[in-house]
Amino acid sequence: MSDAADADFRPHRRLRRLLGPIFGAACLLATLTGVVVLTVLMGAILSAAVSGPPHAPWYDLGAHARELGSLVSRLLANRQSSDPSAAGYHVGVIGSLWLLALVATLGIPVGIGAGVFLEEYLPAGRVRRLIQTNIANLAGVPSIVYGILGLALFVRAFGVKGLALGPSLLAGVMTLSLLILPTIVITTQEALRTVPPSLRQAALALGATRWQVISGHVLPAALPGIMTGTILGLSRAVGETAPLLMVGAAGSLLRAPRGPLDRYTALPVEIYNYAKEPNREFQAVAAGGILILVVLLLSMNAVAILIRNRFRRGR
Amino acid sequence: MNASETRAKQAPPVPDAAAAGDGPPPGRADDSAVLQAIGLHVWYGRSLALKNIDIDIPRHKITALIGPSGCGKSTLLRCFNRMNDLIADARMDGDVRFDGVSIAGPKVDAVTLRRRIGMVFQKPNPFPKSIYNNIAWGARINGYRGDMDELVERSLRRAALWDEVKNKIHRSGLELSGGQQQRLCIARTLAVEPEVILMDEPCSALDPISTARVEDLMDDLKDDYTIVIVTHNMQQARRVSDMTACLMPDESSTDGQRTGVLVEFSPTDLLFTNPKDKRTEAYITGRIG
Repeated sequence: MSDAADADFRPHRRLRRLLGPIFGAACLLATLTGVVVLTVLMGAILSAAVSGPPHAPWYDLGAHARELGSLVSRLLANRQSSDPSAAGYHVGVIGSLWLLALVATLGIPVGIGAGVFLEEYLPAGRVRRLIQTNIANLAGVPSIVYGILGLALFVRAFGVKGLALGPSLLAGVMTLSLLILPTIVITTQEALRTVPPSLRQAALALGATRWQVISGHVLPAALPGIMTGTILGLSRAVGETAPLLMVGAAGSLLRAPRGPLDRYTALPVEIYNYAKEPNREFQAVAAGGILILVVLLLSMNAVAILIRNRFRRGR
Repeated sequence: MNASETRAKQAPPVPDAAAAGDGPPPGRADDSAVLQAIGLHVWYGRSLALKNIDIDIPRHKITALIGPSGCGKSTLLRCFNRMNDLIADARMDGDVRFDGVSIAGPKVDAVTLRRRIGMVFQKPNPFPKSIYNNIAWGARINGYRGDMDELVERSLRRAALWDEVKNKIHRSGLELSGGQQQRLCIARTLAVEPEVILMDEPCSALDPISTARVEDLMDDLKDDYTIVIVTHNMQQARRVSDMTACLMPDESSTDGQRTGVLVEFSPTDLLFTNPKDKRTEAYITGRIG
């Protein structure tokens, strides 16, 4: 190689060699952020459990597991009260279960249906792109905005008498369904997209109609992915507080809802209310509520994983 | 178009191209031709993929389509069962006839057509279901009312697969080897009782032993079915086919797109021993392609 040609290259060998490790270290640092926070948290909990502040039985995991159990069951059995020792989440838990069931029956079919239509029936083009972009944006809209939307649309129905649902369970269900719809639609579409074209072609070549291809092969193959999105959406719905405050989940309610048009309250709303009480003893009640909520969410995710694995093996 | 109507038209063995009226010179259509392409052009978007194809696929024979990559063999094959419909910007001009009846145009029901013209793909693509259901599904969606167990067994026997799978018929079709999967796909196609089977490079993903089994199978099947096979393997075309069509990229095209034209269509023995066209000769002797 001539010197002249050599002079055209500035290899920066040192810098290039360094750049890889630097980037790697940056990524490691990013990973550690989460790990460190989690480790500190676990350490704090464990040290608290070992030393045990005397007035906080739920910290004292080692010695007082039974006490914790009785606390949780007391919280589940008791209704709202201004006395922290008699306060609980009975009405909120039942309200949340109502919400969960109704949001699932309303949101899942609508979400999956919209995803199937967008992906399988609507031809690719400007209309589809427009709808797609809108749905993707909706997925990022803050939940309080959905709350305002629900208030105008369902609770008040723009002032039209007879259509307005008032602060009823159904209004909350519809608001939360709208909230999780984008998530379900997008994950459904993504799951459908992963179904290999060879599978569709095989079915079409046998003389299957579009519906037969979708119902016989595409949906079953996409089901694990769809399930994941659905459960993610439902988990989000169960944990939401802000939109429910807007659409009128009751701050204090002593009677569990009996039907979709009843007044209701939800577990996160009650937690929120207890947490802002000035009396310090309510903090224990709020913490117990968070524990119940976490257990509910984790068990939902566990069920989702179980169902998904079952479907994967079943095929 | 429904099946019985087409059959009725097919029944009297008259030269039907003249009766159908439009298009090609009468007499070109051989009354034993089951599939015909007449002045067929296919575009993908703005690029011409096939130019002015005229071909008659004879009944109960194996016809091979050979030619270098990108010359439109698969495109031609997919015109016969309207699989090109699935490609959004594919457009077709000219006519394709099945039993003398045009299958082009939006009025023809592609679903009915595809039951009568089956297809086997390049990569074995069994459904992620049991072997039994791989075969039963196609029959079921087409409203089969007979004895399903019997149909499954008959189809698997026909595809020379029964003895290998009879003890694990409810296991997943994906557990089979590649060659077995491809024969399962053939069995699945046979189960809906088509008249024509289109095969798009059915052996290119298979090892030589599996390939030989599929080729033997094709030979057995041609008594009852018309087979059209696209192949890159000229030895295979020679071994299995009765007729061979050689497609080539159009040399006169100037826009840099690969446009396929049919350069020669004749009995396989003749085409390989005494090619009439210079381009065919160059291709089969390995000088181009």
